[in-house]
Amino acid sequence: MSAVDVPEQESWFHRNQQRIAPWLFLAPGLLFFMVYVIIPVFQSFNLSLYEWDGLGAAEYVGFRNYEDLYWEWVDRDAFYTSLKNNLIWLILYLAAIPAGLFIALFLNQTVAGIRLYKSLFFFPFVISQVVVGLVFTWFYDPTFGLLNEFLSFFGLGPLNVLGDERFVTYGIIVAGLWPQTAYCMILYLTGLNAVDPEQIEAGRLDGAKGWRMLWHIILPQLRPATFIAFVVTIIGALRSFDLISIMTQGGPFGSSRVLAYYMFEVALSEYGFRMGYGAAIAVILFLIMLCFIAYFLWSMYREERGH
Amino acid sequence: MFPKPIEKQPRAAQITYQAMLPIALLLWLGPLLAVALFSVKPAADFTNANYWGLPSSFEGAVNYGQVFFNSDMPRYLLNSFLITIPTVIGAVALSCMTGFALGIYKFRSNLWIFFLFVAGNFVPFQILMVPVRDLTLELGLYNTKTGLVLFHIAFQTGFCTLFMRNFIRALPFELIEAARVEGISEVRIFWYVVLPLMKPAIAALSVLIFTFIWNDYFWAVVLTQGAESQPVTAGITSFNAQFRAAYQLMSAGSIVAALPPVAMFFLMQKHFIAGLTLGAVK
Repeated sequence: MSAVDVPEQESWFHRNQQRIAPWLFLAPGLLFFMVYVIIPVFQSFNLSLYEWDGLGAAEYVGFRNYEDLYWEWVDRDAFYTSLKNNLIWLILYLAAIPAGLFIALFLNQTVAGIRLYKSLFFFPFVISQVVVGLVFTWFYDPTFGLLNEFLSFFGLGPLNVLGDERFVTYGIIVAGLWPQTAYCMILYLTGLNAVDPEQIEAGRLDGAKGWRMLWHIILPQLRPATFIAFVVTIIGALRSFDLISIMTQGGPFGSSRVLAYYMFEVALSEYGFRMGYGAAIAVILFLIMLCFIAYFLWSMYREERGH
Repeated sequence: MFPKPIEKQPRAAQITYQAMLPIALLLWLGPLLAVALFSVKPAADFTNANYWGLPSSFEGAVNYGQVFFNSDMPRYLLNSFLITIPTVIGAVALSCMTGFALGIYKFRSNLWIFFLFVAGNFVPFQILMVPVRDLTLELGLYNTKTGLVLFHIAFQTGFCTLFMRNFIRALPFELIEAARVEGISEVRIFWYVVLPLMKPAIAALSVLIFTFIWNDYFWAVVLTQGAESQPVTAGITSFNAQFRAAYQLMSAGSIVAALPPVAMFFLMQKHFIAGLTLGAVK
């Protein structure tokens, strides 16, 4: 702000400062965000129209990368498996919301030591997904994993969850649900704290209890918590990458890939450097996400207008 | 309070509840406790298939000693700190300013810029991957901590702006009006009036961003390689490749890698939770 020290400029600045100030405050953050986030989105759109190995000259190919996604049967298989798995992730990941609510209701008491219990239940969320992935890889291990110890107790198994194309995606999703449920739990615990006790009393006088109370009186008051839980769970489901990379690297035979992982694989791994093709996959993933982003923004917009 | 307080229920229900709490917790943290158990076992237990029995001898000191003195782990941990701390400072500083601009001033594009930050914060990483990697290469920052830090600051600014702007919106606007009437410049209002009130938001965001960045894996893999710049999340895969099948060491390594955000959470719990709920749930 050395310009402010010059007398004439100070008066000009002084007169207009309420108009200029917001832009001065925005400039550094907005510049960074533009360079590293907003512009790259458009660059990726552009790149998806080229064939490029990351080093040589890029060749313009129009929509061929998208056609390849559709036609090339080897890749098409991989693409559809990824797309299908993304859908499974999206749907099953939402289970974190009711599961989180359930645990929150279980823990919403005031017995001695409950604070520590709440913190410990939240634990899985704080741990890196890389570690969660390792922990669950061992949990599923066919020779010594806890899951199979448990199954053999009932005379079942052994089950090689991560080595079986039928179970692998579900196995990874369960691992992902562990921290995600903890997140939803904490959202609901905070929400339950703010529930209006008078309404509960009024409900009790009217004879509401149990499920009816939960559905008609509690849940409506938890709406903000549910909204955030929904947002973070959807985003989390579509961002799933770490767990797949750590637990299976997309295997066996590519059966646990999702778009986020498949994109990384084609663009930046020993499988090749097909940047344009990767960008096309990323664009598809982005468009799926965009539906949700638009919905979130629309909800926020209505909220803003409401004020 | 919902559900009905347990104190007001029959004695039997209270006892059942008290008994169920630790059991539920054990089940919930089971996989993690297993890793903790692994990390203090001697190597012999694994060759003898004594996976779940008590450790035949307590080798915690040996295993963790190996992690700290005989591997690249300290290097990775240091890298993680050198990446995480500057990112926290940078993102929080930038978003204090953007949040102030969007929370206080009324101008036509205000809401659109705000939504730009929010939307950008939600995009899938993959759509940024190739351009950001190229940009980092061009800047000569590929495989450096600085390259990773710059990207993280930029990306986290989206989320932080969302948080800060909503926090500032909830502050009493009369304070700023009063300061303006006194003829105090906007910069001074930011520094002397608003910033002191933002301390709780700054604390909440710092803890949260610390955890996010510490736990980042994707960008660590995309923008760095090798022990000189990789953070611990990426480093642990090389660590595990080095100690393949040495479960006691891999467990100890994982626990060490997971510990700093856990410690952060327990020390700053209140702030952490305020941050997670995006300030929307009070």
